[in-house]
Amino acid sequence: MSGFRLSRRALIGGLASGGGMLLSGCNEQSPTYGSILRMGDNFTYDAQRLLLSHGKLVREYDRSQISSMPATGMVDPGKIEGGEAYAALRKGGFEDWRIEVGGRVARPGSFSLADLKRMQSRTQITRHMCEEGWSAIAEWTGVALPVLLAAVGVASSARFVQFHSFDGWQDQIDMVDALHPQTLLAYGMNGRDLPIGHGAPLRLRVERQIGYRSMKFLKRIVVADHFDTFGATSRGWAWHTGI
Amino acid sequence: MRGIPLANAAVHDSLLRCNTEARVAGASAGEASELKAGGGHRLWVRLTHWTIAGAVLTLIYSGVAILMVHPKLYWGMAGNDLMTPLFEIPIGPNYRQGSFGPAEPFFAAAGGPVTADRLVEPWNQNGWARSLHFLAAWFFLLGIAAYWLAGLFTGHLRRNLLPRRNELGGRNLWADVKAHLRFPMPIARVGPPYAILQKISYALVALALPLMFLTGITMSPAITTDYPVLLDLFGGTQSARTIHFFTFAFLALFLLVHLAMILLTGPLRQLRAMVLGGAE
Repeated sequence: MSGFRLSRRALIGGLASGGGMLLSGCNEQSPTYGSILRMGDNFTYDAQRLLLSHGKLVREYDRSQISSMPATGMVDPGKIEGGEAYAALRKGGFEDWRIEVGGRVARPGSFSLADLKRMQSRTQITRHMCEEGWSAIAEWTGVALPVLLAAVGVASSARFVQFHSFDGWQDQIDMVDALHPQTLLAYGMNGRDLPIGHGAPLRLRVERQIGYRSMKFLKRIVVADHFDTFGATSRGWAWHTGI
Repeated sequence: MRGIPLANAAVHDSLLRCNTEARVAGASAGEASELKAGGGHRLWVRLTHWTIAGAVLTLIYSGVAILMVHPKLYWGMAGNDLMTPLFEIPIGPNYRQGSFGPAEPFFAAAGGPVTADRLVEPWNQNGWARSLHFLAAWFFLLGIAAYWLAGLFTGHLRRNLLPRRNELGGRNLWADVKAHLRFPMPIARVGPPYAILQKISYALVALALPLMFLTGITMSPAITTDYPVLLDLFGGTQSARTIHFFTFAFLALFLLVHLAMILLTGPLRQLRAMVLGGAE
């Protein structure tokens, strides 16, 4: 719990520097600084962090509003090159699967699905908004990321939480999103285990951002004090996708 | 040859607004001070015009690219390839494409929601198109805010663009319609005063722009977290997306008419006036 408080202090420090960045027109988080498109994204990020609340919850829906939802992007990491490890874990019903949590934390460790299911769970019915333009409503069950972060004790220098997946995807969210109560590590979807196509055994839900930020097939979580240009951002995609 | 002798322009207004009502309405003392000598556009009008013009062209370009990624439009909160769209716009390589594995129901009850694996990834240029769209939107907001502030402050909006009651009479409207149907079109003096049809067009655009903005941000998951009322106002993200498209279609139509009117009334003269400000 003390780690949690520390990270909140880090959050406030991060905000203060964020305000400074807005004034100076320079954002150290910029993945490709100098690109005019990234400057626009950074301006949107700063404007949203300045103008929007940090803790307000996204709308949750009724069970009757759950819609069909296609599984897009990677639908089976076991079938790609180097996917043997995932295929083996899948064959064993993910009994041997573990998520590593490390970086700037007091108690790094790894958690099995059973470990996560023993933690305080949260179920939410939310809207998935894909950058392509489509949306879907689904029920997600899992552990809120702030609960897991509190368990490992986040250092005061923490500014981002990185995610790494079995299909080689990498991404990170800032502490505002990481500590949001609806940011979820989901192992269940619509009352059942998370289907393979939707990211089994564990996926991220970042409800205030566009769908591709909710990474599937999670393998490793790293708490970091710096921004890394990797994953989609290194291929020209926006890092902040609140709009 | 076309239009009226230049010397008469100030006296006559133009044939476009040759009717008595428009002339009486337009010829107040206040307007004379608002206009530059010999008509034309003021500097702030020209600056904001080109800022907005650049932003709008970029918004259209990036917006069409975004639409091409998923050309289906829906109604309500949710809409995707496994649901029935309102319709699909025949545009881009993704039109009527999409290949999915077998549908698997989420629940036991028949006819309920399903999932299916997408087998082929679609054409997608949203990496730059979305960022460009929002960058242009910031410039558009900057331009339109400056225009509206200056327009209110100088009285330009009220004096030159707000339709007056006496202009909205049937006879005046009909006279302006007839003036627009004449070919070649009579040459109007550039800049204000504007005839009633032009004022009505700008008024409709002034209503469409806030709608464009609001339906745009209703698609933002972060903004609707703080303002869920937007979701209720438009009946959902997908409804907002569909309204965003139709409002775009209206604004694109306005832009086409705007450009057509310039082409029909001396394009070089009009362009020079919007760049340099001086009239004839």
